[in-house]
Amino acid sequence: MSRLKELFARKNKRVLNVYCTAGFPELNSTISVMQALEANGANIIELGMPYSDPLADGPVIQASGNIALANGMTIKVLFEQLHDLRKTVSVPVILMGYMNPVLQYGFENFCREAAAVGVDGLILPDLPEHEYETEFGAIIKKYGLDFIFLVTPETSDERLRKLDTLSTGFLYAVSSSATTGSDKDFNAVEKYLLRLQEMNLSNPVLVGFGIKDRETFESASKYSNGAIIGTAFIKALEQSKDLALSVKQFLGDIL
Amino acid sequence: MKTETYQSPDQQGYYGDFGGAYIPEMLHRNVAELKAKYLEIMHENSFQEEFQQLLKDYVGRPTPLFFAERLSKEFGASIYLKREDLCHTGAHKINNTIGQILLAIRLGKKRIIAETGAGQHGVATATVCALKGMECIVYMGEKDIERQAPNVARMRMLGAKVIPAISGSKTLKDATNEAIRDWINNPNDTHYIIGSVVGPHPYPDMVARFQSVISKEIRWQLKDKTGFELPTHVVACVGGGSNAAGAFYHFLDELSVQLVAVEAAGHGVYSGMSAATTQLGKPGILHGSKSLLMQTEDGQVVEPHSISAGLDYPGVGPLHANLFTSGRGVFLSATDEEALQAALHVSKTEGIIPALETAHAFAVLGRMNLKPTDRVVLCLSGRGDKDLATYIKELKLVD
Repeated sequence: MSRLKELFARKNKRVLNVYCTAGFPELNSTISVMQALEANGANIIELGMPYSDPLADGPVIQASGNIALANGMTIKVLFEQLHDLRKTVSVPVILMGYMNPVLQYGFENFCREAAAVGVDGLILPDLPEHEYETEFGAIIKKYGLDFIFLVTPETSDERLRKLDTLSTGFLYAVSSSATTGSDKDFNAVEKYLLRLQEMNLSNPVLVGFGIKDRETFESASKYSNGAIIGTAFIKALEQSKDLALSVKQFLGDIL
Repeated sequence: MKTETYQSPDQQGYYGDFGGAYIPEMLHRNVAELKAKYLEIMHENSFQEEFQQLLKDYVGRPTPLFFAERLSKEFGASIYLKREDLCHTGAHKINNTIGQILLAIRLGKKRIIAETGAGQHGVATATVCALKGMECIVYMGEKDIERQAPNVARMRMLGAKVIPAISGSKTLKDATNEAIRDWINNPNDTHYIIGSVVGPHPYPDMVARFQSVISKEIRWQLKDKTGFELPTHVVACVGGGSNAAGAFYHFLDELSVQLVAVEAAGHGVYSGMSAATTQLGKPGILHGSKSLLMQTEDGQVVEPHSISAGLDYPGVGPLHANLFTSGRGVFLSATDEEALQAALHVSKTEGIIPALETAHAFAVLGRMNLKPTDRVVLCLSGRGDKDLATYIKELKLVD
C-alpha cells in the first residue's frame, strides 16, 4: 500500500499537508525543514521544485523559488539531498513543480529517481489531462508514483469525476480560482467543499490555497479530509532566525 | 510533420510536436470556452462584417504593397514592402486586438487584460478598449516601463491601467506571467488578449488567423502588380512571431514560396546576449505551450537580449517552431548592430523609418542570394517612431 493510501486509511480528518520550497531558505535546509515538519505534526510534505516562471503560484512562493534558484537548487541537487530521505523522514512526500524543468531532466529519469529516493507522488499543475493520459501517466504509474490533479470551483461535475478517476493519492481542491496566497471569501469555499463532499469522490480531498491559520485550517477540514498550507509557511520561514523553532511555532499555532 | 498542413494545428493545438495547452486547472474553463467558441464566433457573419469594417475604416486596411525600387536595384530582385507600419497605432499588432476585442464582447467579457514588452501590443489593446469602452489592464515589466516611457504615456492617455510586473526578471515574460495570474484570479468577467502567436491553444491559431489578413492582401496585391499571386520569398522578423505568422499564413502550404524568418541575434547568436530562439532553444514549455525555448540545462527560462524589445522573448510561437524543425521555414538572424545599420539604410534609401524589429528583416536581404526574377515580399511590420530614442543614441543622430 502506498504511503498516501496508508495515511488516509489511518487518518481521514484534519490531514495537514505543508508546502515548502526545496533549497529555501538555505540550499541545504531542505531536509532539516522536512524533519522539523514531521516532528511537529505535518502529515504530508509537499516539496516545491523551484522554477523561473511558476504560473500557478503567487508572489511569495515565487520569491522563495528565486532564492532557492540563486542558492543553486536544481533537480539534480535535490535528488542528491533526498538520497537519504527515508532514513529520517517517514511521512508521505510529494514533489510539486512545473513541466519544463522535469522535461529537461528527462521525464522518465525524473520519475525513476523520485521513486528511488522514496518520493510518493507528483503535482505538476501544468501537465494537462490529455497529455497525462496519452504520454506521461503511464510513466508515472510505471514507477509507482501517485499523481495528484487540481480541481477548482469552476471545474464541472463531469470533469471532476474524470480528474478523480485519473488522480491517485488525493485530489487537490483549489479553494478559489486563485493563485496561491490570495485571500478569498471563505463562505463561497464552504459551498464548493460541500459540493465536493456530496459527490462522494473516490479520492480524499485536501484543500489548498488561502489556508493560513488555525481558523482557516479548521473550516477547510470541516468539509474535506484536510488542507494544504504553503504561502503562510513560506512567510514564516522568510522571517525565521531559527528554522526548527519557527517550524515548531508555526505548526503549534495551527494544530 | 504529423499534420497535413502547416497552417492549422490539430484538435489538441499541436503543430507537429509543438503547441498544446499546458495550463493549470484554474485556467481550464476559460481556455476551454475559448477553444469551443473561437472558430464559430469568427465565422459569424455579424463578426466578419464588423471586423472587416473596422479593419478598413479604423485600422486603414488594406495596407499598401509598395515596390521598393532602389532596394530592388541594390539587391538585384523585385522587393515589395507590405506596409503594416501604416496601420493605426503604427504596427500590425492592431489586426489581432481588433479581432480579439470583438470576440471578447461576444463572449460577454467586461474586462480586458494584456501583456506588453515594448508597449506596442499594450497600445494596440488600450486603443481597441477605448474604442469599445472596455476596462483595460496592461501588465508590463518594471524595467520595460522605464525603457518605454512614451508608450506607457500613450496607454494611460487611452485610459488603460498599466501595472508593473515586479516578479522574476521584470520584462516581457514576467508581464505575461502576471497577466496569466490576473486571469486565474478573475476567471469570470475577463478576457486575456495575448499579443503574439504564443500561449495555450487556441491562442496561436486564433492570433495567426487574425493576422492572416496580411498575406491575404499580399496575394491579390502582388497579382495586381505582377500577374503572379505567389512571391518567391516572404521575409519577416520573429520574436513570438505574430507578423511573420500573418505574412506567411496564406503561403504556408504553397511550398514554392520560401519563408524567411529573422530572429534577433543581439550581440551575436552565441554571445550570451541574444534572442535567437530557434538557434539556441530546446523543446520546452512556457506560457502554456510546448515550443522551442531558451533555457538552462536545468530547464530554467533564460532572459534573452535584443536591442528591439519586441523581439526580446525567450520562446517562439509553436507554428514557427514547427516551420523550423520541419525545414519548411528558413531561419536567419541579425545582430543589434546589423539591425541598426539596416534601419538607417532603409530610411535613406526608401524614405521609410522602420521599427527596430522590422529592421532585422531588412538586415538579411543581402545574404539571401537573390536572383533578378525573384519576387520578395518583406513584411514592414511597424514604424520606427517608437524607436527614435534608441536610434538617436545608437546612431549618434544628435550632436
